[in-house]
Amino acid sequence: MSSRPDTEPAVLVDDLVVRFGDVTAVAGVSFSVENGEVFGLLGPNGAGKTTTLRVLTTVLRPTAGRARVAGHDALAEGLHVRASIGYIPQAISVDAALTGRESLEFYARVNGVPRRERKARIADAIETMGLESIVDRLARTYSGGMLRRLEVATALLTRPRVLFLDEPTVGLDPTARRLVWEHLEMLRDEEGTALLVTTHIMEEAERHCERIAIMDLGRLAAQGSPQELKDEFGAASLDDVFAAATGHEIVEGGSFRDVRRQRRIARRLG
Amino acid sequence: MSAASAGSPAASAELRLDPLARLGRLVSGTGAIARVEVQKLRHDNLDIFTRSVQPLLWLFVFGTALQHARSLNGGTGDYRAYIAPGVMAQAALFVAIFYGLAVIWERDLGQLQRLLATPLPRLGIVLGKASGASVRAIVQAIVLFAVLAIARIEIHWSVFGVLGSLVLLAIGTAAFACLSMVLAAVVKTRERFMGIGQLVAMPLFFASSALYPLALLPVWLRAIARVNPLTYEVEGMRRMLLALPVGDAVWIDFAVSIAFLAVFAGLAARLYPRAIL
Repeated sequence: MSSRPDTEPAVLVDDLVVRFGDVTAVAGVSFSVENGEVFGLLGPNGAGKTTTLRVLTTVLRPTAGRARVAGHDALAEGLHVRASIGYIPQAISVDAALTGRESLEFYARVNGVPRRERKARIADAIETMGLESIVDRLARTYSGGMLRRLEVATALLTRPRVLFLDEPTVGLDPTARRLVWEHLEMLRDEEGTALLVTTHIMEEAERHCERIAIMDLGRLAAQGSPQELKDEFGAASLDDVFAAATGHEIVEGGSFRDVRRQRRIARRLG
Repeated sequence: MSAASAGSPAASAELRLDPLARLGRLVSGTGAIARVEVQKLRHDNLDIFTRSVQPLLWLFVFGTALQHARSLNGGTGDYRAYIAPGVMAQAALFVAIFYGLAVIWERDLGQLQRLLATPLPRLGIVLGKASGASVRAIVQAIVLFAVLAIARIEIHWSVFGVLGSLVLLAIGTAAFACLSMVLAAVVKTRERFMGIGQLVAMPLFFASSALYPLALLPVWLRAIARVNPLTYEVEGMRRMLLALPVGDAVWIDFAVSIAFLAVFAGLAARLYPRAIL
C-alpha cells in the first residue's frame, strides 16, 4: 500500500451543510475517518446520514463546508474521488436480471479496471466474498445476504481506499448479517480499506465499529469509540448514549419515500 | 486476496484527465452499459416478440383495410409497403418513449446512485441506455423485415436500403430514448411518467408521415410534423426502402436525426442526476 498517499485521513468532513430549499438536511457536520478504520454513522431515518454519504460520493453538491475523500476534494476533484471509492447504497444496486458474474464484469468495466487484470480481480472478489457457487446464477434468485455479498464484491474490484455502505444489513436475518460483517472485517484487515457504514442498529455499531458518530436532525450529537461514548454519558448501551446525547429515544423518522423504499427492500431481501 | 492486491489501486493512480482519456472513458462506459442491456435481453427476450405483434396488426389489418385508398400511398404501389417503415419506426418509438421508466425504476432500487458514484461519465450512462433501446428496435425491425419477405410485400430490397434504414432507425430510437430519460428525470414518479409517455407518443406518431404522406395533412399539422424527429426517421427509411429518389434528402434525414440525438442526449446527461433527488 506504499503508493497510497496515506498522509491524509480516508475521509475528512469539515462543517458540512446541505439544504434542500427550506429544509436543512445536514447542519454543520465535522468528522474524519482514518485509513483502515471501521467508522459508524448512527442515527434514525431522516437524520441526514444518506445525504452525507451522497456528498462524500460526489453525487450531491453541498451547500457549504468541505469534504475530502481519499485525499481529494469531493467538489473540485469529483472524478478522482469516484475513482478511489466504493459505494453500496441502501437499496439494491446490482441488476436482478443479470448473473453475478455479469454484474462483476460490468462494474470492472465501468470503473476502468484494465482489461488484462479484469479476470484475476473478478476471481479474487468472488473468492473473498465466498460467491463461487452462485456467481453464474441470475441475481434475482439470490437471498438478501447473497445480494449484499455480491454488491460488496463488485465494490472491491477497484481496491477502493474507502468503502461507503448505507445500511448494509437492513432487511437481513441475523445469520446473513453476521456473514456480511465477517466479510467486511476481513476486507478491512487484508486490504486496509476504510469502511464508513451508516446504520440505525445500535447493537451492530457497538460490536463492529471502532469509532462512531451519532447523528440526529442533521447534527452530530456525539462521537468517539463505543466505550468512550458509554463512559462519557455514563450509559450501559449505545441506545442509552443516543438518548442522553440527543435528549430523546431513537425514533423512526424519514419521508414517505424513505419508508416506502426501506419496506420494499426489506420485502425483496426477506 | 492474492498477491496482486499489493499493487496500487488501478483507477486512482493513473486517472488521466486529457480529452483522449475522457473520450476513452465515455466510449468504454457506453459500451459497458449497452453490453449489459444486451445481456438482459438475452436472459429474457419474450417481450421483444410480444412487442412485435402490434406492428404486425398495423401492417396487416390497418394496411390491408386501406390498401385501396389510392391517395394514401404517396404513389408507390402497395400501401402495406408504404407504411412498413412507419410501422417499424412506431414500434421502436413505443419502446424508446417508455425507456425512461427504467431510470425511475433504477432510482427506486439503488443502481442509479451507485452508477453516479463511479468514474463513468453521465453521457455514457445515457448513451448506453439509449443503445439498449436501439438494439431492441433493430431486433424488432429484423422480425418485421422477415415478415415482409414471407408475406411477399414488395419493398425495394437492397443492402444499402436495409442497413441504412436500420442505422437511421437506431439513431432515431436512441434520440427518443434520451427524450424519455429527460421526461423521467423531470416527472420522477412512475404514475406521472406513464401518463406523460402516452401523451407524447401518440401525437408524435400521428403528426408524422408514418401512415400517410404529409401532403394530406392540414397545414397546421404539417407544420408540427416538420419539426417532429419521427418524420425524418420515417421519411429517410422510406426513401431507402421504397427506392424513392434518394437525392440529398436522405442525408438531411440522417443529419436531423443525429442533431435530435445530440440535443436530447446532452439534456438527459445534464438532468440525470436530478432523478435521484
